[in-house]
Amino acid sequence: MSRLKESERYKKTWAYRFFRWYRGEKDPFLGEVEMKAGNPYKDNRSAEELMLEKEAIMNKVYDMDHNKEIKLFKFAYGIISAIFCLALTFVLLLMVSYSPKTGNPGNPNENEVPARYIENGLQETGAVNIVTGMILDYRAFDTLGESHVLFIATITVFILLRIDKDEKGKEKDREEANDRNYEPKNDAILQGIAIIIVPLIMIFGIYVILNGHISPGGGFSGGAIIGAGLILYLNAFGFAKTERFFTEKTYKIICFCSLSFYCLAKSYSFFTGANHLESGIPLGTPGAILSSGLILPLNICVGLVVACTMYAFYALFRKGGF
Amino acid sequence: MDFVQNIPFFSILLSLFSGTVTSMLNGKWAKRVNAFVIAFIGVMSAVLLSYLLRTKESYTFMMGHFPAPWGNEIRAGVLEALMALFFCVIMLLSLIGGRAHLEEEIAPGKQNLYYILINLLLSSLLALIYTNDLFTAYVFVEINTISACGLIMIRQNGHTFEAAIRYMIMSLLGSGLLLLGICILYDCTGHLLMSNIKSAVTVMSIMGQYHVPLVVAIAFICVGLAIKSALFPFHAWLPNAYGYSTASSAAILSSLVSKGYIFLLIKICYRVIGWQVILDSKVIHILFLFGLCGMIMGSLSAIQENDIRRMIAFSSIAQIGYIYMGIGLGTFEGMTASVYHILSHGATKSLLFIAAVGLTDVSGKSKKFIDLTGAAYRNKFAGIAFTVGSLSMVGVPGFSGFISKLLFGTACVQNTPYKMLPTLICLGISTILNAIYFMKTVIRIYTPIKSSYDKMPVKKTFGYVGALVCFVILNIVLGMCSTPIVSMIQTGLKMFS
Amino acid sequence: MEFGPNLMANYGEAVSMILFAIGFTNLLLQKNLIKKIIGLNIMDTATYLFLALKGYIQGRTAPIVVNGVQEVEAYINPIPAGLVLTGIVVSVSVSALMLSLTIRLYRRYHTLDLDEISTLLKKEEN
Repeated sequence: MSRLKESERYKKTWAYRFFRWYRGEKDPFLGEVEMKAGNPYKDNRSAEELMLEKEAIMNKVYDMDHNKEIKLFKFAYGIISAIFCLALTFVLLLMVSYSPKTGNPGNPNENEVPARYIENGLQETGAVNIVTGMILDYRAFDTLGESHVLFIATITVFILLRIDKDEKGKEKDREEANDRNYEPKNDAILQGIAIIIVPLIMIFGIYVILNGHISPGGGFSGGAIIGAGLILYLNAFGFAKTERFFTEKTYKIICFCSLSFYCLAKSYSFFTGANHLESGIPLGTPGAILSSGLILPLNICVGLVVACTMYAFYALFRKGGF
Repeated sequence: MDFVQNIPFFSILLSLFSGTVTSMLNGKWAKRVNAFVIAFIGVMSAVLLSYLLRTKESYTFMMGHFPAPWGNEIRAGVLEALMALFFCVIMLLSLIGGRAHLEEEIAPGKQNLYYILINLLLSSLLALIYTNDLFTAYVFVEINTISACGLIMIRQNGHTFEAAIRYMIMSLLGSGLLLLGICILYDCTGHLLMSNIKSAVTVMSIMGQYHVPLVVAIAFICVGLAIKSALFPFHAWLPNAYGYSTASSAAILSSLVSKGYIFLLIKICYRVIGWQVILDSKVIHILFLFGLCGMIMGSLSAIQENDIRRMIAFSSIAQIGYIYMGIGLGTFEGMTASVYHILSHGATKSLLFIAAVGLTDVSGKSKKFIDLTGAAYRNKFAGIAFTVGSLSMVGVPGFSGFISKLLFGTACVQNTPYKMLPTLICLGISTILNAIYFMKTVIRIYTPIKSSYDKMPVKKTFGYVGALVCFVILNIVLGMCSTPIVSMIQTGLKMFS
Repeated sequence: MEFGPNLMANYGEAVSMILFAIGFTNLLLQKNLIKKIIGLNIMDTATYLFLALKGYIQGRTAPIVVNGVQEVEAYINPIPAGLVLTGIVVSVSVSALMLSLTIRLYRRYHTLDLDEISTLLKKEEN
């Protein structure tokens, strides 16, 4: 009897628990503090049911008449947000009030750098549009990085939204894959207008790209225009028509070719430039389409990448692949 | 001009180009190309490092046919080459160590995308290291952010999505501040090239011109980069991001991505603003304070944690606090200690993440401590490696962590009258807290116990064990032969100014 | 703290900075993910407005060489234009990434509130 009692008392002591914990027999916190691992959370109800349930809960929780704390918290949150915004605005306005005057010719950023771009840009890059000459020749490394930002953004969107081919059969939300559920098919007005306007948009986009070094425009703006044209075409005629000429494979090939050409061309010019070698690329007569050395092909590459990326974003957001 | 001097440019362009090429390959070939490219860049960086140690001079490299203020420019010195070499080594080892998990946790159709992300991440890190132009730095910071977000969410479950979106929100706040800071600096100085901005800023601070915009710009850039590298009050996204992503991603994120931003901040301090102006602007005291808070708070959160991966993640917050504390001391010695801690923490934290994966594997994939009891007997290599990592984190002599703590200690007693006492106190408390949670874990994994996981077959791959051995050797080398590395860092920092 | 002398002359920048603060606050403190993304775009656009104003010089035209005139006094500063171009592309990419993350989270949890998602995640774990 007494032995049993002693051991019971012993079990309550610190040392006993420590040694058990030390030997790993039983964690003293287990069952008292820690949460046990349960079954994974699974909900087989449909989206609508979930929404309804959530709404009911929300109505209960945010029942303003009965829940003072929430009301107070919301109020305080709003106030603090406003104060934060005002404080930030104040600091920024203070900064603005001490910075150089807008439009004043003697500002610090009026120095030898833009002067050389303007005075010698035409002769050194062959581009009439000084901005194009600057971003594709003088500061080409930035622009190279920038087109890779676009590339890597597409890759991440691919990771998130692409529905892989082999999973397609068992994909849960097939409603999302069937993109025509919520939109009309073969809308006559849309198709009639699209058939006139899409070729014009494409031609305009190509014009903007090809004249990037002569007039306002360039690869990015022209590519965005072409991408918009492709999206309009897709909206009017559906995926069946666009997939005849533009699939994921096409996208990959176009992106690969343009980006590698871009990379290699720029590597060549960086390498020759840094090692003081002649690049040997003729600049042509300024103002002609075929002029300004590498700028025209680079503009075309950038335009292709941007157009494909815009279309790929749209297709991935709409049905998870193309 | 020597041919060796082309190496920085080759490394950046090669990793960018291999990113594009990888998009056309399948997973297997993508893996091979990726490993080859990283190893090749590592070897090239080692060659560059030895060349620079011989010539003892940094140099600038024109990106294009136009000289510096007009064209882009990159710059290489001892510190840059050392960092590039170190980043390549850590990245390669982390990838090899976590490879089995990568193939398990990522959908087979998306594996080559992972290697694209890695390639572009490497190129952006290299560009951040070598760049001599602020706007180029901004562009590559964005590539870095997006690819890091991809690394978090490529293992697709609810936790990683939540972590990724929190990471993106914080990072975008940081980028917004960084971009605005760069714009303000451009507005006041009229340059984007680092050395030109520095001379303009020096003139401005002597003349007292544009004082308010300059201080605002410095504050914005510092806060932006601090947010991005998860300094203490901005760390909310970090534990989930490191705790639930795949093992290689966690190792790469904690030991490279945040370190890339810190390195950029150090570079901006020295080469853009100028050390004296930074000291005058008082921003550095804020970094110091946040660093101290981070050291304590990160460790406290780690003690409460019940999940081994999240515990290691919280410990990262504490270690980033150490680095900012060193920067905040405002002395040359403090900066040296910080840079050394970047290396030491990078080597140790990736080791811990990779070893933790081995331990959880033999415990039925559970990351809870209760299941890990005795795991070191089931996977002996991982157990030893984890112990080495823990000892290094705690700061036991012979491992790399000890040297960085020693450097921090000696730095704070020199020339910092007001900061000495708080630094020493926080170092002491943080070391004790480190010891508590790491030793608790080590004791637990070495507690002999019969468990249901004993009979589970243990897959030991050659790559995993090899990576662990390399990590352990790297750690001990950093701990034993610290003198040449510290002198390299000091030469590099002197080249900065 | 006193405001400096150039506040009225820089009214454009002042507007852009107010927009920046609004966007920043939205990105930081809104609970709804879509509103956060809108805040992000406002913030980025405000920065571009700021940059564009910094390149402007009174009485000069866009930097495209017309009739062979190549004097510095004829054109505005081309650098901010290039920076804005780069910035726009970055902001497009980032917005696409944020939106696709939002879509995935919404499909899984049927909510756009980040705090609610965290609560659901904890519920999922236990």
